[in-house]
Formats: sequence, structure tokens, C-alpha cells
Amino acid sequence: MSVRNALLALLEQGPRYGYQLRAEFEHRTGGTWPLNVGQVYTTLSRLERDGLVAGQGADGEGHVMYAVTDAGRDEVVSWFTSPVPRTQPPREELAIKLALAVSVPGVDVGTVIQQQRSATMAALQDYTRLKRRPTGQGSEELAWGLVLDSLVFTAEAEIRWLDHCEARLRRAAYDRDAAIERPVEARAPLVEPIEDEVPR
Amino acid sequence: MNPVLQLETVTRIHGTGPTEVRALHEVGFAAYAGELVAVMGPSGSGKSTLLTLAGGLDTPTSGAVHVEGVDLAALGQKGRAAMRRTSIGYVFQDFNLIPALTAAENVSLPLELDGQGTRGARKAARFALEEVGIGELGARFPDEMSGGQQQRVAIARAIVGERRLILADEPTGALDSETGEDILRLIRARCDAGAAGVLVTHEARHAAWADRVVFLRDGVIVDESGSDRPDALLEQAR
Repeated sequence: MSVRNALLALLEQGPRYGYQLRAEFEHRTGGTWPLNVGQVYTTLSRLERDGLVAGQGADGEGHVMYAVTDAGRDEVVSWFTSPVPRTQPPREELAIKLALAVSVPGVDVGTVIQQQRSATMAALQDYTRLKRRPTGQGSEELAWGLVLDSLVFTAEAEIRWLDHCEARLRRAAYDRDAAIERPVEARAPLVEPIEDEVPR
Repeated sequence: MNPVLQLETVTRIHGTGPTEVRALHEVGFAAYAGELVAVMGPSGSGKSTLLTLAGGLDTPTSGAVHVEGVDLAALGQKGRAAMRRTSIGYVFQDFNLIPALTAAENVSLPLELDGQGTRGARKAARFALEEVGIGELGARFPDEMSGGQQQRVAIARAIVGERRLILADEPTGALDSETGEDILRLIRARCDAGAAGVLVTHEARHAAWADRVVFLRDGVIVDESGSDRPDALLEQAR
């Protein structure tokens, strides 16, 4: 799971306490995926149970500090050196919605697509507005810039897919209309019949 | 405020009879000063036709195109050519630079054709090249520059002499994604500085640099997204 690995990677840079980890995670990802601190502590206690981090007691101000163990370090290396698995496609509400829209009678799929495209385009414009802001050159700005680019490319892909769906639907509607207009006997057979075998 | 560019119920039909193609059908469209509008749509949707009409490179079958309040049809061919040299900047996908001229000469050419003295035109060209970040490359020929640099020259040519309407047709087409983004930043900056821009593209990621995005299908505007004008103006006023 990404939060677990991300926290481990942050701890590899030195011991930290829960609030610090949350702040650093959010800073580097531009606050795109807010973490609540409860989730951070639950994750830390699981990491401790699995022997990947070790609690180091409280610092002078009473913060409970955690440090990565050797096993935790190995886990970070293995995370960075292996691809994120894509075996199970994440549940995609939009794809599910369109799949049902085309198969449930009475839904105006064209409008569903158009509305979604406008909304996704508006989101894409918002992300791009963030890109227009001047940013520093540090690695943390770069980290946030890459997260932003990921959001931009994902939104772009969604719009391309919606365009593609629209084109496919139009094509399907055209084929359907053409089939209705064409008289049945004039329709070309799928396979050219062999002369002798044609029943008279 | 009057729009810099306005299309009023514009229809453009190519050919006649059975080969007739309706490229645009009763399209209404406007771009205001300080605004970048993107036009998106699949091939054949009419987006390039819209841009050539806006640039006075073609005339509508019916309807009217106004640039800074002037009806392009009333100008005649010579008048439209003059308008293109002074008020309209065009950026093409393939840069369209003249290979035998240096970057500075490519940029100053429209001003010189318009009768400006060489010195003044060269000075304006130098400013425009500096604005697009390649002030030091004025003496280079196009084939001595990268694609991104050539497109910067093309943008300098499109904005030289304070032109108020920038028309860009897939300006990032042949460039890698980061260089393409730099080009969009430049067009965006010029619009933020007061020009009106129209960006034709089939890529949503590029269209997102615009304030508004208009979707064309079969010559008709089917959809529009982004801030509508009154809100955008309020936001600027705040």
C-alpha cells in the first residue's frame, strides 16, 4: 500500500514523529491525498508490528519518534525497484457509469459524455492554472510538479477516452440506422455462398 | 467591452452539389482582450476552418467575421492582407519560417512589408525575440535552431508590433511535451498582457491553458467549458 511505503521512505531519511510524517507526505504531494494523523499512527504501529520501524521513545517535547529498521530499509529499496502492480484495474466509477448508460434503456449517453467532458476539462484547466504559478527549483517543488503532471495526464487521458466513446457511439448509431434503412434482401451475406450449395 | 475577434452566425461551405461539404454551420464565437480560447474537436470538425476565417485567409459563405470591430469582408483582399500584417499574428504547426532569412529578419518582415522603416522594424523584432526568450539568436537561420527555438521565432513574428489577436493552429504539434508547454506559456503570457488568443488543438492538455474551451463537432459548437466571461472579469477585478 502506498501510504505505508511512502512513510517508510520518509523515515529512511531519519527518525520522525507522526505529525512530521503527515506534513512531509502532504507537502511533497501537494496535499493531493490528505492523510489524517490517525491513519499515520495506525500505519506506524503496523510497520512496528512487522518489524519495519522501531519506536525510539519520546523526544524532549514528548513526540514519539520512529526510525526505520534494516528490514524496513530493504522494503523501501524493493518498493523503488519494482513497478506498481496493475493486475486488478481500480474500480473506475466513470467507466462503470458509461457501461451501464449504454446498456440501460432511456439514458442519453451523449449527454452523459458531454457533461463529464466539460467537468474533466474544467478540472484540467484548474490543474494547469496551478502549473502557471512560478515555482522554485528545489526537489520538493519538483515532487509536487510531478504529482500535478500525473493529474494532468490522467485527466487528459479521460477526455481522450470520452472522445473515443463518443466516436464509437456515433459509429454504432450510424451502422444501426444504415441496417434499418437497407432492405433485408439487399444486405450482403457475411460469407459469399458457394453457387451449388445455395438452396433454391 | 467589444471582442477582439467575433464570428457572427458564420457558415462555410466548400464545393457545391453532391460534393458539398459544410465545414462550419452558423457558428457564433468571440475572443476578448486578455483571453485565450481553445477550440477542440476531431479532424474535420471545422476547427482549422474557424481559424483561417478568423485570420482573413478565407471568407465565410454567410455570416460575418469582425476583428477589432472591422468586418473583414468589407476590407477586400488588400485590406485583409494589411490587417494580417498589423493586427493578426498566426502561429502554425510547422513554424512557416522563411529559411533564407535570419530569425530577426523573419520577425521584422511583416512590419517591413507594411512599410515600416528597417531600423524600427529590426528594433521591434529584437524586442519580440527577447520577449520569447531567444534575444541572442536573432542572427541565426531557421536550420541552425531547434524546433522549440524555431517555434519561438514564429511566436515572436506573431506578436511583433503589438498585435492584438494571436491565432495558433496546433502550435505544439511537432515538439516534445516540455518544449510544447514552454510555447503555450508564451502564448498564455501574451494573452495575460492583453492580446486575445485562439488556440486550435486536439489535445486536452494543451487546451487546458485556455480560459475557455469550445468543442466543435461537424462544424457546430456542441459544448463549452471553463469560466464564462462575467465571472472571469469579476475575478480579475478583485
